[in-house]
Amino acid sequence: MRKLASVFIFSAILSCVSSLSYAADKSIQIKGSDTMVNLGQAWAEKYMEKNAGDFVAVTGGGSGTGLSSLISGTCDIAMSSRNIKEKEIALAKQKGVNPYEIKVALDGLAVVVHPANPISKLTLDQLSDIFTGKISNWKEVGGVDQKIVVLSREVNSGTHVYFKEHVLRKGDASGKEEFSPGALLLSSSQAIADEVAGNSSAIGYYGMGYISKKQKHIDVAKDEKSAYINPTIENVISGKYPISRPLFLYTNGQPEGLIKKFVDYALSKEGQEIVVVTDFVPVVK
Amino acid sequence: MVMRKLKEFVVEKLILICGLASIFFVVLIFLFLTKEGLAVFKSVRPADFMFGRSWYPISEPAQLGILPLIFGSLIVTLGAAIISIPIGVGCAVYIAEIAPLKIKEVLKAGIELLAAIPSVVLGFIGMVTLVPWVKSTFNLPTGLTALSGSIILAFMAMPTIVSVAEDALYSVPKSYKEGAFALGATHWQTIHRVLLPAASSGIVAAVMLGIGRVIGETMAVMMITGNAAVIPQSILVPVRTLTATIAAEMGEAVVGSEHYFALFAIGIVLFTMSFIINVTADLFLHNKRR
Repeated sequence: MRKLASVFIFSAILSCVSSLSYAADKSIQIKGSDTMVNLGQAWAEKYMEKNAGDFVAVTGGGSGTGLSSLISGTCDIAMSSRNIKEKEIALAKQKGVNPYEIKVALDGLAVVVHPANPISKLTLDQLSDIFTGKISNWKEVGGVDQKIVVLSREVNSGTHVYFKEHVLRKGDASGKEEFSPGALLLSSSQAIADEVAGNSSAIGYYGMGYISKKQKHIDVAKDEKSAYINPTIENVISGKYPISRPLFLYTNGQPEGLIKKFVDYALSKEGQEIVVVTDFVPVVK
Repeated sequence: MVMRKLKEFVVEKLILICGLASIFFVVLIFLFLTKEGLAVFKSVRPADFMFGRSWYPISEPAQLGILPLIFGSLIVTLGAAIISIPIGVGCAVYIAEIAPLKIKEVLKAGIELLAAIPSVVLGFIGMVTLVPWVKSTFNLPTGLTALSGSIILAFMAMPTIVSVAEDALYSVPKSYKEGAFALGATHWQTIHRVLLPAASSGIVAAVMLGIGRVIGETMAVMMITGNAAVIPQSILVPVRTLTATIAAEMGEAVVGSEHYFALFAIGIVLFTMSFIINVTADLFLHNKRR
């Protein structure tokens, strides 16, 4: 959380500074998805190290905020963890903005349990029921007679929101499902990893980067008829693994000049290495 | 002569400003807290806020009921009080009355050292040692419980309780003790029939100040209580405290949103709680002087 906060403060300072130097025409404004703030920030830092004189300001606010800023012309690149909506495209066309989509990374979420837990595969429906508290004992999904300890990230986490929307509510935007009130909210992915490693009845989720031998990941199927899929980089890239999503940058028309330089950097080998370091899955190998 | 008077005048006023500054800051903080916190009641009824049972601040529409958080804070504090009061008061009695001089010095230094440990360190130690112990001892699904929080917080309340209670015991007039001995009372009879009642208001104040420290503690409880916003049925379940909620969520709450105001309103609730505790302690301390 502290890291996020410092990124926030840092980006706030950056945006102040950059608004001063905006006239220099050497700066890029990036805005959008909170999930991607760390990634965008890491790209911006390394990019500015390599290209002295260029300025990149990254701020969060959410995918929707980023896209609406792009449409109103107050940012150059919007970060989004979802596809742009039809409505937003229509609105953009009205304002003479032509959103151009660039897939820059993938985000896969692993569901993990203690290695001693006999359960190794679950469907999305079962996961939804476990995390909302409808299923509260492991024996209901074929495990041992033990109360399930549900672990989640704090509400300030983009991962928390994504998991709620895509696993608990199964992508239904009008869904009413919430995390079980008894779910333990931990402040970092590492805290979840530690608790799962030491607790045979716990279940948690986090970015694939945190998987280690101390936890066992669960194979997930969309429904009972589908195959159970391993959370590997390959399965995320091919789109088979159900709890993954692409992360996008949106620009106004095909990127040109400075914006193109930054987007190219993000897609370069070095840029994609940063993707891995910030626990996402690269799109370019 | 004029210089001396001027100097006197300037110094006096400077000290006056220093004295007023602290009050000024408290008033400023209180005003800011009130201004930001009360804004939440534009969208949530106060009764729903105080007695609502679900805390889902980022849902649409947000559910902002802090009753589970209040209970969480209370049960952790109560547990810490139950553990720290007997040990703390016992320790104070031992230091003030029984311990030989050398042991007394060592004990006092040790307790001061305990007060100097940062809470994040205590939280970390609790996370790796106490939490697994609680889990296996009570055969629980998880060790991140109110009890773990209570035990760690008891350590944090102890130094306050011991030093204030010890002062209270020292300030009992020597003649009381001598009188008791003269009447043929044993040492223990003297302690629990004469000294403890005579120092009782000071001891209550010590306990109150210790509890005041516990209720405002954040970092350690956030690390080891599990942060689940349910009304606890026992001390062996995870809880979410008021302080941990503010600390965990403030970083990402959108400034000016309902969630942001709600966190400030939690701040008001906390402020009120510790204010009541401090005033109670103060009343008891004054009582002692009379």
